[in-house]
Amino acid sequence: MEVLVALMLGVLTTCGVYLVLRPRTFSVVLGLTMLSHAVNLFLFSMGRLHSNAPAVIGAAQQHADPLPQALVLTAIVISFAMTAFVVVLALRSALELRNDHVDGVDKEEEPI
Amino acid sequence: MDLEVLVALPIIIPLLLGALSLTVLSNHSAQRWLGAIGTALLLLCSVWLLLHTREVGIQVLEVGSWPAPFGIVLVSDMLGAIMVVLASITGFATALYSLKTVRKRFERFGYYPLLHLLLAGVNGAFLTGDIFNLYVWFEVLLVASFALLILGGERAQMEGAIKYVTLNLLSSALFLTAIGLTYGLVGTLNMADIAVKMASLEDQKMVTVIASLFLIAFAIKAAAFPLFFWLPASYHTPQVAVSAIFAGLLTKVGVYALYRVFTLIFTADTGFTHEILLWIAIFTMLTGVLGAAAQFEVRRILSFHIISQIGYMILGLALFTPLALIGGVFYIMHHIIVKANLFLVAGLMYRLGGSFELKKLGGLYRNHPGLAVLFLIPALSLAGVPPLSGFFAKFILIKAGVEASAWWAVGVALLVGLLTLFSMIKIWNEAFWKASPEPNPAVPAPTRNALLYWTIGLLAAMTVCIGLFAQPIYQMAEMAAAQLLNPAGYIEAVLGGTTP
Repeated sequence: MEVLVALMLGVLTTCGVYLVLRPRTFSVVLGLTMLSHAVNLFLFSMGRLHSNAPAVIGAAQQHADPLPQALVLTAIVISFAMTAFVVVLALRSALELRNDHVDGVDKEEEPI
Repeated sequence: MDLEVLVALPIIIPLLLGALSLTVLSNHSAQRWLGAIGTALLLLCSVWLLLHTREVGIQVLEVGSWPAPFGIVLVSDMLGAIMVVLASITGFATALYSLKTVRKRFERFGYYPLLHLLLAGVNGAFLTGDIFNLYVWFEVLLVASFALLILGGERAQMEGAIKYVTLNLLSSALFLTAIGLTYGLVGTLNMADIAVKMASLEDQKMVTVIASLFLIAFAIKAAAFPLFFWLPASYHTPQVAVSAIFAGLLTKVGVYALYRVFTLIFTADTGFTHEILLWIAIFTMLTGVLGAAAQFEVRRILSFHIISQIGYMILGLALFTPLALIGGVFYIMHHIIVKANLFLVAGLMYRLGGSFELKKLGGLYRNHPGLAVLFLIPALSLAGVPPLSGFFAKFILIKAGVEASAWWAVGVALLVGLLTLFSMIKIWNEAFWKASPEPNPAVPAPTRNALLYWTIGLLAAMTVCIGLFAQPIYQMAEMAAAQLLNPAGYIEAVLGGTTP
């Protein structure tokens, strides 16, 4: 399971970094989302990886650390709100600037 | 009454005010009164907290009475309390300035609730003793600053906001990763507890990795070299009052976080981390001031100067001697007031001169000598001319640098001081001294600026007072630095001496 989680984290981060470095706001937003997913998953795995272990003491033989789960919940809510904001900001700026380049000016393309 | 609750008041008051002013969103005068009186109340409470902390020592509030390493604690040590007072001063000045400059259109879109929320986030970040809670307060202040930044929705604002938002979210992701690693390593989130457990770890390599992650995350927030590009792209775009509070406070939250974690938690490997900090400081000072030299728009010049000043503050942390930390804290105190004031002056220059471009400005000294004096006070203070506040701040830092034999840092600090003076003189020559480019501006300048003059005058008076009565301020900075250099006091106050 550890290899699987590590691979997934790696793929998510790689895609996220690649997309954030793209010149269009849409791919940047997607990249930010992927990065925050990667971070959330990473934060979750910091409570050690268990299977079949509830986050309650005494309910089963083994229990999972509940704190990272609570942290991830907070982080997911925050990153969801931030993503919503960035999407609206990107849309608004594409309308306002007549293109979706992160610099606000697109030298290659005709304006929308 | 138990005075512990005092620690929470600087967070509760702006949160309540934000909620209240949201309920009277359509009543403009009620919003303005809430803004001005509420921030004045906040200022009173935070000054009380500072005095109380100075008298009694570090104040700790266990939120919800959950005991320390498990629940969230709010801690007010000298550094935190000083920062809260500075935040409240900036908030109060901004609220006063907003009374006359923020249009009803912006008020209808929630200018005042956002301002209060921003202050709550900033104060929360200064007072919390829990690393994950610090992240949450960062996000609170970030989301408020996002909305304030694009209030008005002009093209330049959108363009700047995209960079600002992207880079800040990236920094939050790094910050969260660092928190995750910290928890995985020591299994706690309380900063004092982390400090205790990190020090007892056998393998210090992982600690250095985490330290580097925190360093990058906070350096982005603080706009340090080479991660500052979001700042000059965005700070000149919003309303002047918003620019002023951003310039005064937001990057300083990053600096504060650096001060907190690199004095409390990551002190084992100072040869590595603080050496990096030293070079970051040197290059931040230099690139900031050189960037400013190339600009001809007042707000852009001032934005680049924020960066170069951040370098001085990080220099204080990087040298990591008692005197250097005193200098760093003193510098933060001086800088927040002066920088916010300069942006407010720039706003008044725009109101009276009709432009932010130096080429289009002119003749302000002839027409408005009062404004010229009020510009000169913070401008010369920023450059470090005695007897203003900036002189003592720079003097202490440079003396500390000489004592630590950090000659490169001392040389660059002196050179940057000179270049700052050059930059300020450039604004003075172009905007105030030279003749007005057109005989009469087409639009008559708005009148009734008395309140704006009073606000700027108030902040300028503070700058002069910090310079003239430097001793009590120095003593406070000395106490703050002593607490930073001796984290045992902080740890004992938080954990109550139960853990060794």
